[in-house]
Amino acid sequence: MVETLNEVELPKLSNEEIARYSRHLILPEVGYEGQQKLKAAKVLCVGTGGLGAPLALYLAAAGVGTLGLVDFDTVDASNLQRQVIHSTKTVGMLKVDSAEIMLKGLNPNLNVVKYNTMLTSDNALDIFKDFDIIADGTDNFQTRYLVNDACILTGKPNAYGSIFRFEGQASVFATETGPCYRCLYPEPPPPGLVPSCAEGGVLGILPGLVGIIQATEVIKLILGIGDTLAGRLLLIDALGMNFRTLKLRKNPDCPACGTHPTVTQLIDYDQFCGIEKPTSVGPLEVAKDKNVSGTVVDGIPQITVQDLAQKRVNGDSFFLLDVREPHEYPIANLGAPLIPVGSLESRIAEIPVAKDAEIVVHCRSGARSQKAAVILKNAGFTHVENLAGGILEWADKIDPTMAKY
Amino acid sequence: MNIHIPTPLRTYTGQQATVSVQAKTVDDALETLIGAYPDLKPNLYGADGKLRSFVNVYLNDDDIRYLPNKELTETNDSDELTIIPSIAGGCCR
Repeated sequence: MVETLNEVELPKLSNEEIARYSRHLILPEVGYEGQQKLKAAKVLCVGTGGLGAPLALYLAAAGVGTLGLVDFDTVDASNLQRQVIHSTKTVGMLKVDSAEIMLKGLNPNLNVVKYNTMLTSDNALDIFKDFDIIADGTDNFQTRYLVNDACILTGKPNAYGSIFRFEGQASVFATETGPCYRCLYPEPPPPGLVPSCAEGGVLGILPGLVGIIQATEVIKLILGIGDTLAGRLLLIDALGMNFRTLKLRKNPDCPACGTHPTVTQLIDYDQFCGIEKPTSVGPLEVAKDKNVSGTVVDGIPQITVQDLAQKRVNGDSFFLLDVREPHEYPIANLGAPLIPVGSLESRIAEIPVAKDAEIVVHCRSGARSQKAAVILKNAGFTHVENLAGGILEWADKIDPTMAKY
Repeated sequence: MNIHIPTPLRTYTGQQATVSVQAKTVDDALETLIGAYPDLKPNLYGADGKLRSFVNVYLNDDDIRYLPNKELTETNDSDELTIIPSIAGGCCR
């Protein structure tokens, strides 16, 4: 009965589509009906970055009928090392528009639905409701928990992937019987404990590897074939090229998918993750275009690159400290001595100035140097300032010949 | 037994991916690990002395939270302990 119903509902394939998907059609596990299922499927890619790029490209190639793309960002030159859905020509363009060009070029049959927005608690349920499967290719804990909870609340499976430097994780969460992201990680780490990719770097091919694993899981979910990663966590170590799967269990006490859920609507995920709202003036990149002169963050006065340039012109006496990693130094530097933020606490003795001397700390974007400034303050230094925007801002506003990375 | 250290925590183990320890239980193995690399402690344990909730520890293929004796599960030399912290990367702006 159900099969007959499906046959009626599933869309027909045109002769052009039959020729295009020939290698699927002769594969018994896909076949004509499987290809129809792919055509009828609607998949939402949250993020069109490192993971979303290969994921969306392969789903488009495979004949998934409708792809939703959620991204608020624009294409930056530094994205192209791994985000193969964008290209040199589309630098500066909205990522959803840039991605659409590549996807439609690959498969003009594809229906692309663009959401040029950040996924939030206010819009997630509304966006999710029109899709069958969600693929989480985001880059922060707030959105990870948001995607998870919205998947549970709307009953959509989540093809999950995550990366860090040389390491990846993949799973399928929020299926009817399987565990969810909160079963694995009930709470996020406090901010600052785990470095972001922007700070830590990432091997360019790694998101390709993990994104294609996510795409594979999406295709299996649509076709109903094989064993998905629901209930398992795949660990990928690109350096050793080791793949392992670990058992995941549904936590009966899970606040989202357990027997007595307490997460019955979407919450404030910035607060849940201990993150300040991005609207506040802070030392991070979000505040880089604002005038931060005179502001104080966590007890650390922020100074602008103009302030620093002026201090140098005036010949003021202060100690400038670079807290980036040694491998970043040759790319661009301000000539300051280097103590990486991770080892600062144990190398405090190397600071060659008195406790009440003026110290200006800098890094690439101003985030690590803020952490370092707090460490110095806690170690008894009384006059520590953070260079807002870091070396990137210096390159933008003071020295245009300096390389940005 | 071998303890597998994930990339984000290798900063605290001198970049070692695997650490070998002699231990009778899971708890014993983690204590020995922290004894050798004290900087790991705040990354694995909260102020309450419990494993942090965003750190999962697997004995072979099983989450120790679901083993009958949890951290006190006995171990032998051929067992493998894997630490899996949450990672969020994906887009990487």
